[in-house]
Amino acid sequence: MTAEPTSTPDITTTIDARGSFCPGPLMELIRGMKEAEVGEVLAVLSTDKGSKTDIPKWVGKAGHNLIGVLTRDGYDEIVVQKVR
Amino acid sequence: MDESLNLVVFSGTDDRLQAVAVLAAGAAALGKPVHLFLQYWALDAFTKAKIGGDHGLAPEAGDEGRAAVDALAKAGQASWAETLRQAKELGEVDIQACSLSMDLLRLEESDLDPLVDGVEGVTAFYLNAGEGQIVFI
Repeated sequence: MTAEPTSTPDITTTIDARGSFCPGPLMELIRGMKEAEVGEVLAVLSTDKGSKTDIPKWVGKAGHNLIGVLTRDGYDEIVVQKVR
Repeated sequence: MDESLNLVVFSGTDDRLQAVAVLAAGAAALGKPVHLFLQYWALDAFTKAKIGGDHGLAPEAGDEGRAAVDALAKAGQASWAETLRQAKELGEVDIQACSLSMDLLRLEESDLDPLVDGVEGVTAFYLNAGEGQIVFI
């Protein structure tokens, strides 16, 4: 078992945006959020160095819930819950 | 925060148009209305005949810059036109051709790529910009 936080809700959809350049991962996440239902949890995987700062800022502005920014092996995973 | 972003796009090289597309997409993602006003060589790059072509780079790019831009494209970077298409799906991105530049380049609306929403004069551009920032590229 890993040391992931146990309170993290299950991820509904994972968007693999690795290899996509700025602002591609954010745009893919926004598209995914539009299609998701309120309460669903989306994870976006990104190799773009800007994503781990840009995506949380967008999440705050858009009024969603940032669950976590996780540093993986060679990429970042940003987990977001759709609130509205 | 939701004041518009207004870009006067004059340069028609691929690097500057890529910068325009990224700025537009970021603003659209934040819910800012984006207005692009295409003049001169930028407008030329938005014609159906030329939008898919090679528009060169700004003079300061040099050979090393050319190689760096090519490497990013080869790694899968979306073209500026594709980034603008995606930005239009995300938010309010209005792309207008400058009517003076239409005359200069002897273009008709039917010559323009569908990314371009219409033709307007500079006064309409200023009025649409409202209190938002205007940036010249």
